[in-house]
Amino acid sequence: MSGLSTTTQNPKAPHPLAEFWGYFSANRGAMLGLGLLIILLIVMLGAGFLAPHLPAEQYRDALRMPPVWIDGGSWRFILGTDDIGRDILSRIMHGAQVSMSVGGMVVLLAIVLGITLGLIAGFSPGIVDTTLMRIMDILLALPGLLMALVIVAILGPSLSNAAIAIVIVQLPHFVRLTRASVINERTKDYVTASIVSGARRPRLMVITVLPNCLAPLIVQGTLSVSNAILDLAALGFLGLGAQPPTPEWGTMLANALQFIQSDWWIVTFPGLAILITVVAFNLLGDGLRDALDPKLKR
Amino acid sequence: MLTYLLKKLGMIVPTFFGVTILAFLLPRLVPGDPIELMVGERGMSPERHAELLARLGLDRPWHEQYLSYISDVLSGDLGTSIVTREPVLSEFLTLFPATIELSLCAIILALGIGIPVGILAAVKRGTLFDYLTMGISVTGYSMPIFWWALLLILMFSVGLGWTPVSGRLSAMYWIDATTGFMLIDTLLSDEKGDFISAVRHLILPSIALATIPLAVIARMTRSSMLEVLGEDYIRTARAKGLTPFRVIGLHALRNALIPVITVIGLAVGTLLAGAILTETIFAWPGIGKWIIESVHRRDYPSIQGGILLVACIIIIVNLSVDLLYGLINPRIRHGR
Repeated sequence: MSGLSTTTQNPKAPHPLAEFWGYFSANRGAMLGLGLLIILLIVMLGAGFLAPHLPAEQYRDALRMPPVWIDGGSWRFILGTDDIGRDILSRIMHGAQVSMSVGGMVVLLAIVLGITLGLIAGFSPGIVDTTLMRIMDILLALPGLLMALVIVAILGPSLSNAAIAIVIVQLPHFVRLTRASVINERTKDYVTASIVSGARRPRLMVITVLPNCLAPLIVQGTLSVSNAILDLAALGFLGLGAQPPTPEWGTMLANALQFIQSDWWIVTFPGLAILITVVAFNLLGDGLRDALDPKLKR
Repeated sequence: MLTYLLKKLGMIVPTFFGVTILAFLLPRLVPGDPIELMVGERGMSPERHAELLARLGLDRPWHEQYLSYISDVLSGDLGTSIVTREPVLSEFLTLFPATIELSLCAIILALGIGIPVGILAAVKRGTLFDYLTMGISVTGYSMPIFWWALLLILMFSVGLGWTPVSGRLSAMYWIDATTGFMLIDTLLSDEKGDFISAVRHLILPSIALATIPLAVIARMTRSSMLEVLGEDYIRTARAKGLTPFRVIGLHALRNALIPVITVIGLAVGTLLAGAILTETIFAWPGIGKWIIESVHRRDYPSIQGGILLVACIIIIVNLSVDLLYGLINPRIRHGR
């Protein structure tokens, strides 16, 4: 390729990654999202030694203590303590591990399953494709949270069941997206060339076509992490996800309504953590879309 | 238009039957004895168990069970709640107006603010206003609305004391449910101040529920408006010397709003999912709260009926949006 560009005396095309970074880093929102995400990752990975207390440790001498900047607060508990004397900051930091790792894993699983089913559907028109897509339509017939509720109602409330429910809820989006890109790519010349040179179906699917379908999947994947975290927190809040004393952000808010009259900090901070994380992933996803979408680059 | 209608109808029939299969399978997939699940009795005698097995038809082959379930559903029999012993359909219909009332207020709020803000942001592209509203909008659609609802209560009910915390009407009023819509029922009644009370109860839940659709509508209106503003016919209109107000309000807006209609259709799903959380927090007696309570009580006939009805509502709304879309935009109707 580089030989070609020197003979035609064109300036050397930048490496695709460098080009991508050029577009991405020019987007202030995306960089903010990336920065937030890096901080969140540090908090998540370092919660074990960064957090001042253990997430389940109860200080009987410090029940419902306000944050440090309020009268009666202390540096021992920077964001205050909850109704049974647990440090809210430490619980939020450990909660990052639960929310972000489960959210990330859920999306990863949905992407892998979705790509597999999408490739199968895109490469086998007819009965297989139709059946698969009708099943996906059924899964999309209910709003995500309600579908997740139904699945949890079948499996029983727990963090792992909530995660399974969210994988099932997110799956159809990835199947549809993969299938649409596959169908779009399948008729292109490079695929025909590959078929003519004798590539078999698995090679065609994974090595020839899939890499060209990845851009929208990466964008959808990033945006889906934020949905997964929100749904996970909502299920936790409704008492159908992670169970106490797991420091999951939504579960931490499950009993918050009873403290709303007196102890606002118990209500405020876990939700703020959810919001910041979701904003970070959404900004990142928007930035990736702008940087990866060739239509917007022109 | 008729072929378009038939094609769309042809697409929803399989989805409807798919959802009935899902609802049919629900109590059968739950680990445990389906008889106990569906009747809600424990420690039944073997005779009673056998009698119920035969009465519910659970001893027959699956395809027969499904056929009898489908014929029940199509004749309007969605089973009986194991908690209240009321027919599921009538419970749903009693609670549904509360959800419609809340959702309508939310969508009116979302459209009333989202569209003008989106237009302004597009027209003033690159200004502080644009950045500010788009920043708020990202925050809005990232919002965990159950937390947002708690914050709203914290600020306006607990902090400022402006609005009530929960329910649809102050306990000092007793209103006959003529229509089920509190705003209309209170207007019809003779009690003083009840309408104001109903409005005050509606404000916070509507804001909470409207937040995500509002953010999405504002973003969508902005990007769609930006696209339209770059079109040739807009330049022509400007060149003709039309006032900016006319160009934007008349020429651009008409085409810019077409994608927004799709978003409104999608918002119905968001609203119904949001209603689950919002109604739970504000103790709003609608179907969202009812479904959550049914899940907690393991009231499977109610969950089963609830998801079927919610799915039907969404299917019908999406169909209407598709038809409306085809009506407004002939390119869709005749398109591929």
